Amino acid sequence: MSENPQTDNSPAPSRRSLIGWGGAGLALGAVAAGGAVAMTRGGDDVDTVAAEAGAAIEFHGPHQAGISTPVQDRLHFAAFDVKTEDRAEFVQMLKDWTAAARRMTGGQAVGDGAFGGLAEAPPDDTGEAVGLKPSRLTLTIGFGPSLFQKFGLADQQPDALVELPHFAGDALDRNRSGGDLCVQACADDPQVAVHAIRNLARIGFGKVVIKWSQLGFGKTSSTTPEEQTPRNLMGFKDGTRNIAGTETDRLKKFVWVDEKAGPDWMVGGSYLVARRIRMHIETWDRTSLQEQEDIFGRDKGEGAPVGKAKERDEPFLKAMKPDAHVRLAHPTANHGSTILRRGYSFTDGTDGLGRLEAGLFFLAYQKDVREGFIRIQRNLATDALNEYIQHVGSAVFAVPPGVRDKDDWWGRTLFSKEA
Amino acid sequence: MRAVRLSAVTATATVAALTALTGCTEKGGDASSDRVINVTATDSKCEVSTKEFPAGHVELAIENKGSKVTEVYLLFPDDRIVTERENIGAGTKQRVTAEVKAGDYTIACKPGMKGDGIRQDVKATGGTAAKRDPRLDKAVAAYRTYVQEQADATLPLAETFAKAVKDGDLKAAQKAYAPSRIGWERTEPVAESFGDIDPKVDVREDGLEEGQDPAKDWTGWHRLEKSLWKDKKLTARESELADQLITDLKNWQTRVGKANITPTSMANGAKELLDEVATGKVTGEEERYSHTDLVDFKANVEGAEKSYELLKAVAKENDPALVTELDKQFAAIDTLLDKYRADKTSYDFTSYDKVGDADRKELSDAVNALAEPLSKLAAAVVVK
Repeated sequence: MSENPQTDNSPAPSRRSLIGWGGAGLALGAVAAGGAVAMTRGGDDVDTVAAEAGAAIEFHGPHQAGISTPVQDRLHFAAFDVKTEDRAEFVQMLKDWTAAARRMTGGQAVGDGAFGGLAEAPPDDTGEAVGLKPSRLTLTIGFGPSLFQKFGLADQQPDALVELPHFAGDALDRNRSGGDLCVQACADDPQVAVHAIRNLARIGFGKVVIKWSQLGFGKTSSTTPEEQTPRNLMGFKDGTRNIAGTETDRLKKFVWVDEKAGPDWMVGGSYLVARRIRMHIETWDRTSLQEQEDIFGRDKGEGAPVGKAKERDEPFLKAMKPDAHVRLAHPTANHGSTILRRGYSFTDGTDGLGRLEAGLFFLAYQKDVREGFIRIQRNLATDALNEYIQHVGSAVFAVPPGVRDKDDWWGRTLFSKEA
Repeated sequence: MRAVRLSAVTATATVAALTALTGCTEKGGDASSDRVINVTATDSKCEVSTKEFPAGHVELAIENKGSKVTEVYLLFPDDRIVTERENIGAGTKQRVTAEVKAGDYTIACKPGMKGDGIRQDVKATGGTAAKRDPRLDKAVAAYRTYVQEQADATLPLAETFAKAVKDGDLKAAQKAYAPSRIGWERTEPVAESFGDIDPKVDVREDGLEEGQDPAKDWTGWHRLEKSLWKDKKLTARESELADQLITDLKNWQTRVGKANITPTSMANGAKELLDEVATGKVTGEEERYSHTDLVDFKANVEGAEKSYELLKAVAKENDPALVTELDKQFAAIDTLLDKYRADKTSYDFTSYDKVGDADRKELSDAVNALAEPLSKLAAAVVVK
């Protein structure tokens, strides 16, 4: 349904109509956004229709969209390095980015659009998303630890934002790791996500440069338990117990930074860990079904934990092998720690040896990186799955709170003196 | 600024629509025939049917009654080309059209396609007057001089290079190679506007068209580059190629000053020079045997900077923030490039195969940082 280009009763306007109708388009955008907001509160039928038609997700709010938002199908993630040393110039870019993000997530073109402007100048918008629906695009910005070494921000770096330690088995590629800032673009249409990153990169030229980026498809985690749990490229359901967008209490406990956790500028924000996890697909595919199921601690068909019948049955960890993935990753094995995952599969063609260059682009949000990803990943050192995967890229970011309204901008709480 | 411009466009469109309505009954009659100018060219004359015509859509109906192949130009007073038609054979007719704003123009016929031509002054009247900024006319004229100077200065350097090739002096030829290309690289978009010269002098092997034979059809600098650095031998074929290069460059030298240059083509040409850097030089693809990519890189940036400097005064009025940004980015890229040469007066740059991936990324980032604002220069010099 989400790829259905036109339905007569579609509640979501196309980008073209939004661009062309001016005021009317804005009104329609507001309606679509309203529907999406209602949807995140845990949808009735009307809201589901809005989601399937590729509606707009509200850009403004106490938290950035793209974290507890129902996971979209596609990803374009980009890490940037800051080139400018001029704080005012960087802040202006953040404002320009915010304005562009506000428009793009609303299904509108950047600036004066992709056509109809001056013949002698390149258009403001690159144009490849014209005619496409907003496609539930969310854009989420994060600041890496290295950013705090710039612009005199060292004393603003949150304690919870630490560089990740070296984990057993890591084979990190510097060219796929780190970054002063990141933008996560999620959408149901890959072209909409790519369009967003491309336009932000363009606005950023001279101020920031893309350090690395990653495309993802086939979400591997769901924040909507009423949907089927998606499968990863190993063919297993992943993230059955992921924190749902509707679980206010668990989000509050594990994901959103509060006044107590601080610092002030991060309240309402979260911390993001991104890991590019290469899968040794070919050797995995030669592994017996029994071993595959033992490694995960779930069966492959239903996804039920060992000894249980249904996917969502409470796992009995002791029934699993001591090195089973679910057993080691489960909150009870990690002092109750849990994280919100919204990772994606990736396949970047094949490597020089003809092996699929594929795996999981893992994205995890948590209140504190030390108690979230680091604790869990350390516990996974003996994971039987490690024989079939390798972490090849890594980055961590502080994801500031949401943009409140049309006058607010990404990073204001950190960069604005009034904050 | 933009809103004002749009409303002006709308107003023009409205006028045009009214004109179309009132004029529709006269279709095919006087109203349209007014705008056809018959140009009769001979070996010694250039006669025009009218010297005054209404501004707007104009058609030149050209008949060559002479014995030589001719070409006909409609020119602005500063010799910028409004429209042109080349290769009009003896005894043939050609038609060429243009949108002409009110103002003074010149029609020139060039029997034998040589020289300044036989000229007639004409005038377009009524309609919207072509708004012309004399500073831009001066910029175009100065840039025209610059491209000619670059071609003139290139020839002796290219001859030195060609001589070394013909003498079989590998070392001297290698040394003379990169300097012989600087003038060309500074003004490449103008040279490319002729279409036929660039594929002869600056094509790389993989740029040959389908059906072309590298052994026969691949000529120019890069073909010799391969001989000098990869094959490391100079034969009779290389001597032929050296002669051919000089012939082709002389063709460029005689034509470059007549290129169609406008303020916007200067601005976009500057951006195209940076595009050349982005796609060919930062990858090391351009000079894959000699690794002299940074020399081309520098020359491309210099050419772009020349256009920019000439257009700057006008751009500054229309978009001061853009000029501030461009000044900053040109300075940044120049500083970065200086890291790769010991002497700032020489063009001895680091061999590009010695430039690591991280440094190449830094150069690429600098090109993007400059090219993005540079793409907005044309809009800033459009006469509003």
